[in-house]
Amino acid sequence: MHPILAQLRRLVFYLLGWIPLACMLTYLLAVPGGLTWLQAASVAFPLCLLYAFVCLAAWYPCLATPLERSSVPRFLFTHVAGAFVASALWLLAARTLGRMLAGFEGFRGLDSRLSQDLPLLFGTGVLLYLLAVGFHYVLLAVEASRQAEARVMQASLLARDAELRALKAQVNPHFLFNSLNSISALTASDPAKAREMCVLLGDFLRRTLGLGEKPAIPLEEEMSLVQSFLAVEKIRYGDRLRMEENVDREALATEVPPLLLQPLVENAVVHGIANLIDGGWIRLSAQRRDGLLDIVVENKFDPEAPRRRRNGVGLVNVRQRLEARYGSHASFATSAEGDRFRVAIQLPAGTFDASAAQRDPMKETTS
Amino acid sequence: MTLPEDRKVRTMIVDDEDLARQVLREFLSAHPEIEIVAECANGFEAVKAAAEQKPDLVFLDIQMPKLDGFEVLELIGSGMAVIFVTAYDTFAIRAFEVHAVDYLLKPISAPRFEAALERAKERLSGKLPSAPVPAMDLAAAARPPQQYLDRIPVRDGASVFIVPVAKLDYVEAQDDYVALASQGKKHLKQQTISSLEAALDPSRFLRIHRSYIVNLERVTKIEPYGKDSFLAVLSTGTQLPVSRAGHARLRAFLDR
Repeated sequence: MHPILAQLRRLVFYLLGWIPLACMLTYLLAVPGGLTWLQAASVAFPLCLLYAFVCLAAWYPCLATPLERSSVPRFLFTHVAGAFVASALWLLAARTLGRMLAGFEGFRGLDSRLSQDLPLLFGTGVLLYLLAVGFHYVLLAVEASRQAEARVMQASLLARDAELRALKAQVNPHFLFNSLNSISALTASDPAKAREMCVLLGDFLRRTLGLGEKPAIPLEEEMSLVQSFLAVEKIRYGDRLRMEENVDREALATEVPPLLLQPLVENAVVHGIANLIDGGWIRLSAQRRDGLLDIVVENKFDPEAPRRRRNGVGLVNVRQRLEARYGSHASFATSAEGDRFRVAIQLPAGTFDASAAQRDPMKETTS
Repeated sequence: MTLPEDRKVRTMIVDDEDLARQVLREFLSAHPEIEIVAECANGFEAVKAAAEQKPDLVFLDIQMPKLDGFEVLELIGSGMAVIFVTAYDTFAIRAFEVHAVDYLLKPISAPRFEAALERAKERLSGKLPSAPVPAMDLAAAARPPQQYLDRIPVRDGASVFIVPVAKLDYVEAQDDYVALASQGKKHLKQQTISSLEAALDPSRFLRIHRSYIVNLERVTKIEPYGKDSFLAVLSTGTQLPVSRAGHARLRAFLDR
């Protein structure tokens, strides 16, 4: 829809804008054109009203030939041709109007005098049309910048949203339900172990809640969260769950967003280990080099396993959080090869400094 | 499936977690009329044990390695009372659509467990009606919305095959069974061709004949055959009859 026709208010303002143009045309027709003032005004005003609408049509060729993406010849051809066509239409209207008015007292001979002014009218028509083209390009630019602004707003909203949603989704309720069921089993068969599992579960939950509020934590702390998560899962899965860790001492001090690894390890358990009859391994490695932190979580999985609920929600959350926080400075990639699933993350490595992290998480992460 | 008063209820527990099986075992131990005939840690074992032990009652976890609970039920048939046991409440509707006796949520509460067991015994003694439709058709109907099958589990005696839908060439109806042609083999499954058709992605599979569904990717050409009928030639060389209605559907699809 044409932006000016879309709102009555805009159309009124647009038409008011044509009044000075109509006055100018009256002057042109009267002084160099040789018409009386009355004749000139009676021709100029209806013609300008008509031409105001004709010029609105310039919107469509402008839309079709965007300034930044059109070649110069195409641009010139489109608009010059448009101007000629519009102006020719205008001349036709002028002649028709001249003939109609010629029948009235005081307008006799108007049609013949007007036909001498046709070159003048034609030139004015072309100029006015080109003016309208310019005007429409301004409209397009305004529209585009407004849209860009809305996009930026939306992107930042999405980023915050992703972060919040990710944190809320951290503790998978089914992990809790299954763990509670395990505790329920142990209360009869092995009360001491049941108590141990209650403590482990409590420990994990407390850490999750506490960490979610911090902007960044050392990898070491995240690793200890992962270990408390695995301690609970180990009671459920027993020997089916085998964990291998390979983390550099240097990497341990590197800061990461909280709850970055735990969802990846949980994903490896739920979509990997849980689907394997004899269980499998999860390998977690983290290395720091050249100012970057490389983290890889690998696990064995069954490529033919039945589909699970919450498929990959944890992975999507981590990816969105990394994107929101680091933009293009971090990468997140998943791959499946045979019975091996792999998540690789790379992010800028900053050494942990609690006070700086509290002040400005965004700045700190890129230092 | 009514039971004589003095016979024990043959019960099977299926869950991949040892501790989850343990809870059920403990709850069941208070009931002398229950006999636990099998405990299984995955879907394959469950299908095998069900074929061998013919249990009356099955406690069935939903998310397990190899086959999920619904696939297990689809394969073991409707001759027994099934109680689903899961941490997920999102499967409840599907569970009742396949005529499960009850749906227990983990962690399992004792009163809730007793109520489920009571219902199961009522079903077994014939006071509650059992599933009027074969389980395979029910399980197919209870497929989650907007999600087509990506694999079809098939049972042959006590063993289970998984036929990935991408490797399915065509399906042929044979009385109460369908034959699934895949990688040069045919797997028989007790299901109607219509219920299978409904569970397959219509943009990939087409019913070309009363008795045939074809994987559209396999069709290489259509040849006229006789006056009103046609033959579809598959990339495997197989020729399948195409009915007049099937030909119209096939044409409409190929023209798109």
